[in-house]
Amino acid sequence: MINLFKIKGQKKEEAASAAGKAPVKKQSAGELRLHKDISELNLPKTTSISFPNGKDDLMNFEIIIRPDEGYYMGGTFVFTFQVSPSYPHEPPKVKCKTKVYHPNIDLEGNVCLNILREDWKPVLNINTVIYGLNLLFTQPNDEDPLNHEAAVVLRDNPKMFEANVKRAMAGGYVGQHYFPRCA
Amino acid sequence: MRDRHLCFLIGETGRNPNAAAQLAPQPSVRGGSHSQPAPLLFFLVPSPSESSKASRTQRAAAMASPDAEQPAPTEPARWRDLDMLLSRPGNLVEASFDPSPTLRDLLGSLVEVLVVGAGGLGCELLKDLALSGFKKLHVIDMDTIDVSNLNRQFLFRVQDVGKSKAEVAAKRVMERVSGVNIVPHFCRIEDKELEFYSQFHIIVLGLDSIEARSYINSVACGFLEYDSNDNPLPETVKPMVDGGTEGFKGHARVIIPGTTPCFECNIWLFPPQVKFPLCTLAETPRTAAHCIEYAHLIKWDEVHSGKPFDADDAEHMQWIYSEALKRAELFGISGVTYSLTQGVVKNIIPAIASTNAIISAACALEAFKLISGCSKSVSNYLTYNGLEGTHIKVTDFVRDKDCLVCGPGTLIELDTSSTLAEFIKMLEEHPKLRISKASVTHEGNNLYMQSPEVLEQMTRPNLSVPMFELLKGVPCATVHATGMAENNGKKVSSLRKLRVAFKGVEASNMDTTESS
Repeated sequence: MINLFKIKGQKKEEAASAAGKAPVKKQSAGELRLHKDISELNLPKTTSISFPNGKDDLMNFEIIIRPDEGYYMGGTFVFTFQVSPSYPHEPPKVKCKTKVYHPNIDLEGNVCLNILREDWKPVLNINTVIYGLNLLFTQPNDEDPLNHEAAVVLRDNPKMFEANVKRAMAGGYVGQHYFPRCA
Repeated sequence: MRDRHLCFLIGETGRNPNAAAQLAPQPSVRGGSHSQPAPLLFFLVPSPSESSKASRTQRAAAMASPDAEQPAPTEPARWRDLDMLLSRPGNLVEASFDPSPTLRDLLGSLVEVLVVGAGGLGCELLKDLALSGFKKLHVIDMDTIDVSNLNRQFLFRVQDVGKSKAEVAAKRVMERVSGVNIVPHFCRIEDKELEFYSQFHIIVLGLDSIEARSYINSVACGFLEYDSNDNPLPETVKPMVDGGTEGFKGHARVIIPGTTPCFECNIWLFPPQVKFPLCTLAETPRTAAHCIEYAHLIKWDEVHSGKPFDADDAEHMQWIYSEALKRAELFGISGVTYSLTQGVVKNIIPAIASTNAIISAACALEAFKLISGCSKSVSNYLTYNGLEGTHIKVTDFVRDKDCLVCGPGTLIELDTSSTLAEFIKMLEEHPKLRISKASVTHEGNNLYMQSPEVLEQMTRPNLSVPMFELLKGVPCATVHATGMAENNGKKVSSLRKLRVAFKGVEASNMDTTESS
């Protein structure tokens, strides 16, 4: 296969062709897979996508969800996606940029969605995550709370929860926390 | 998680290297050097005849500090066993192997080896390779020495803490093995140009992350070229030997791009990392690790708005530790310690010195066999498990022929006037491809995206531009296309590697597609 004498012969050739090619940027397997995911996106009608760094940076993008049913109808929620070169071995990092009163999203924008952490599998893709995020708005879940207070209200008093969501989306206080307008 | 505790048992020794001095003979002749810690491990043991001549005192002094002068074996004696391997014929040798007493000289004077990583495996690898006759070595590592490394990264001493691993490791091995030259590179692997990597005949990996392996693999496979029959061109093959350990387990594999599976061909071998649900961390922590991850992933951002967490900053780590401790007290959970905090946050892989030694030895041997041809290589993936008894198994994994990284891809010849739109049409009609609605990307440059709409609009102007222009006038290039392709009569989404060659464009010396 590789052989010392071959290497010896090669040395001379290399010297001749050393000024060969210009170094090129390497594209990781993860980037290619992401390219595939993005080019096949099938966004729900509630969702749009943007690429703040232009067409050649697919690793960082934002999606905007405008729920058309449920408690959060009429609101506009922005999520940032950060995809690492180890994608899809690692899930994308997703944060909610909009401050939202939600049992599964905390006030720092952390999102509790199983497929973003413990249930992530490389066969899942960006589309799956986007559908998962949409589901959070149509079916907020009081069993996996990140915002404990919101979860308790949703469980014990759905009417009050609905009112709280409306107040937060219109821009106002829920308890001690101020929520900027997002409706 | 269970294994992590092993790491900390060993880590304790690492944090107090002086403890080992009590076990080793005390230095008795080096005046004023009593504060000098004794070495934990050293590698050049004097041969029996030499040590019998040495007095007890001399021997004790030599053992106490490997940096002290001591009689080295004479040159021919040191290499005797190696010379036997290289100068005698055998039944298991490679077809090209031509035994000769001059092989060792060639090995030392011609072969350039890159060792990636100068940590637990890297220290062992440098030592093993230097003692196997390789004399032109480079080592690259971005890390500095931490006190907890000292129990197993035996080239480092207490006074080296904070210095570059690559630089100290190179210096120590050069001091010990005469005639060896090691060039250290204290930087990230991504900081080096591809040209840097092209100078090596073999790359040996002692890494601890999938990401870094994947990167080096893509660089090494990037040099690979195929002829028109999809056979790899031997002069473009850059072999790798990859070692990895985790506690009592390890692997050593040989990657010959184009012949054996590359890292990406069977990346599925790696289990996904364990991640705790965020809501468990926030709501129902049950373990010490849950408390630490809560402080790390949730509490940090809550308190330090926007300030990024730096795992290498001791103050940051201390903050996480004290927050985790508070949380553990609140929930009546025990077991949060500073070292566990480091372990969980930095995802530290437990390390056993002897596992590193075993795996490194296997890797060095494979490198030696690959280069010299003096025996058959392992084919192609050796796993070692020393946890219950000792098991070594070799598995012959197969390549993914459609691998995007090491596969040949499909060759497509274009006129310099062909536009991107014409190219996409060709992909649809190509008998081997039949990709409809293709999106095309070239080295991170998205030439055309079918979807989403915003990217389609941004890339649409490219459709009427000649490919030759989009690919910046190179005679040949690798591009990737995504689209719907037929597979067993069904249309499925596919990602394909394509080799584009322009008709009538002179390829440079290195580019050997058949158009030249």
